[in-house]
Amino acid sequence: MIIENSPTILSVQGLRASINGTEILKGIDLTVKSGEIHAIMGLNGSGKSTFSKVLAGHPSYEVTGGTIQFEGKNLLELPPEERARAGLFLAFQYPIEIPGVANTQFLRLAYNTVQAQRGKEELDPLEFDDFVREKMKLLEMKPDFLDRSVNEGFSGGEKKRNEILQMALLEPKLSVLDETDSGLDIDALKIVANGVNRLTNKDNATILVTHYQRLLDYIVPDFVHVMQAGRIVMTGGKELALELETRGYDWITANKQQDAGVSA
Amino acid sequence: MSEVTGTNYLECLLKSWQAKPIESLSWLNQLRAQAIDRVSTQKLPTKRDEEWRFTDISPLTTLPYRPSQPDVNLRIQDIQHLFLDEVKNRLVFVDGYYSLQLSAVANPALVIGNLPALLSTHASILESHLGQYARFDQNVFTALSTAFLRDGAVIIAPRNTVIADPIHVIFIATQHEVTSYPRCLLIGESGSQITLIEDYVALQEAAYITNAVTEVSLAGNARAQHIRIQRESTQAFHFANCAVALAHASHYQSVSITQGARISRHNLDVRLTDEAAECTIDGLTLISGHQLADTHTCIDHSKPNGTSHQQHKCIADDTAHAVFNGKIIVRPHAQRTNSSQSSRNLLLSKTAQVDTKPQLEIFADDVKCAHGATVGQLDPEEIFYLRSRGLSEKAARNLLTYAFGAEIINRIPVISLKQQLAQTVLEQTQSN
Ligand SMILES: Nc1ncnc2c1ncn2[C@@H]1O[C@H](COP(=O)(O)OP(=O)(O)OP(=O)(O)O)[C@@H](O)[C@H]1O
Ligand SMILES: [Mg+2]
Repeated sequence: MIIENSPTILSVQGLRASINGTEILKGIDLTVKSGEIHAIMGLNGSGKSTFSKVLAGHPSYEVTGGTIQFEGKNLLELPPEERARAGLFLAFQYPIEIPGVANTQFLRLAYNTVQAQRGKEELDPLEFDDFVREKMKLLEMKPDFLDRSVNEGFSGGEKKRNEILQMALLEPKLSVLDETDSGLDIDALKIVANGVNRLTNKDNATILVTHYQRLLDYIVPDFVHVMQAGRIVMTGGKELALELETRGYDWITANKQQDAGVSA
Repeated sequence: MSEVTGTNYLECLLKSWQAKPIESLSWLNQLRAQAIDRVSTQKLPTKRDEEWRFTDISPLTTLPYRPSQPDVNLRIQDIQHLFLDEVKNRLVFVDGYYSLQLSAVANPALVIGNLPALLSTHASILESHLGQYARFDQNVFTALSTAFLRDGAVIIAPRNTVIADPIHVIFIATQHEVTSYPRCLLIGESGSQITLIEDYVALQEAAYITNAVTEVSLAGNARAQHIRIQRESTQAFHFANCAVALAHASHYQSVSITQGARISRHNLDVRLTDEAAECTIDGLTLISGHQLADTHTCIDHSKPNGTSHQQHKCIADDTAHAVFNGKIIVRPHAQRTNSSQSSRNLLLSKTAQVDTKPQLEIFADDVKCAHGATVGQLDPEEIFYLRSRGLSEKAARNLLTYAFGAEIINRIPVISLKQQLAQTVLEQTQSN
């Protein structure tokens, strides 16, 4: 929801980033305020996941320009773990499998680390078990996912649910959900969307990276951004997603070229 | 102190064994005599021997390691921390000698005890198994062990008997600069089921030699789970030869954990001598500092329809050096053998080293054999994933290292031991 005079959570300006010397992000500007839901759409390879990972502090990317302010802090100065503890959460497009680490052990470790940071009480394994089972109900996850290794052998959809379970546990200020809808069947999509909707409120914000309007039927965005070649080239309301659904991206490219032509 | 080096080292070792006990049993005397004979015709291996090319044991011969003496007064409270909840039968050997006071034998359903005590009551079964699997004609360490044969753990699971509680055999090292000769014999009669934990521990940091020999024989349809924990002093030398013979449709599961010793060598030879035998062989080596741990396994399929699955993992830190050589033989008659081997290795520092070598010798045509080996560092994507959830880089690395090893530890079928080891591995991976 768009709230008047709501505080800014994330402010990205002129962000440039490269990997192995190849520039991928070429000047991104984005402001996200408390309570808002933003969708980022765009063709494959346009830089959406790169942007998400740069936000989360992936060490393979080199930030070559621009700034990121997160709740007034210079995010670029913080290592990934401190970004997480400060309330930034990335649901991975491809969640990583970690054989040998029980999901419950991992979830509790993450939960307690963040709790400790917030000066709140940590939970022992028994207390945590009760707590996490409640959260799992929200996502209609079977409890045996707790005993299995993190994401190991999980189906695509199960991995995505596990990401949202982590979001539910960590209660982030800003969630970046990178294609959390990809690979979900219709029922799972509704469950996950419903879970996300219950976690969003006026004090946090969400960035949804998606290819499909379908998700946005369930989680209604306040803003839709189109990313192209490492830039946000167009921003609109939720109706922009519908337009993209019917018209594709070509017309934006054309528009942009026109713009470029005009301004040149 | 006399100088014991190089060539006459073995000679001196043999001479130092004054108390060669004379048994009334001629077969045993004969076995020993043959072994002594074999010792005198062999040499200590050097790096010039193909089988030992990574493992230089010359430091061994620079110290005059006497045979250990049966003279320590360990009390039960000194070793209680090693005890496991599930265990009802425990055999404890101190520097190779059986300790009646520290042992506990409670299950009337099986035969369990020290070798000399069972020689009179179980002579014929012992004669047909002892020294029959761990061959000493090619192996100087086994020859020495057999020449010095005295005390030893003997466990016999009788026909069609299921022994639910695991047997814990603890070999404790307490003396400096001695050599001890732990010996173990497990016989699973047909249709029996048993779990054996073989545990090598030191109560203090000391330099000594352990020369261990274990033999396992499973008759038709017998099942055994065999866990081997090597947590010797990090100054010790540990040589172990384990030979396993599997009869028709028997099933052998082994998990070996190697954590201790400055230099260790573990040979595990499993022979599937009859049809439809099955084995699962898992190993974890977790070493740091200047440790060297060399594991050589040989799984020998000689009859049809056999199955073997093997997974070996090494984690090496600092300048440690891990060696894994996994030989799999499929003999001409062993059709429809199904065998898999995986060797995965994790290097935690730039100076750590792993040498891994699968060695497949396949002479049958209708077989399924899969194998693979990897050597790598921790996966940066996994580290990032954990950090993105708030874990510090160090915590993330530790957790992943632990997890790498936990996959093997989790195969241990004894819960309290699994937890104990998980805890030490967790501590070990968090110490640096
Ligand atoms: N290591 C790398 N070296 C060079 N180029 C890379 C590297 N990693 C990613 N890229 C490139 O960066 C571009 C952006 O990738 P990114 O994953 O951010 O796209 P995306 O918008 O998330 O795409 P999708 O919709 O397919 O998920 C791609 O062209 C990709 O090939
Ligand atoms: Mg992407």
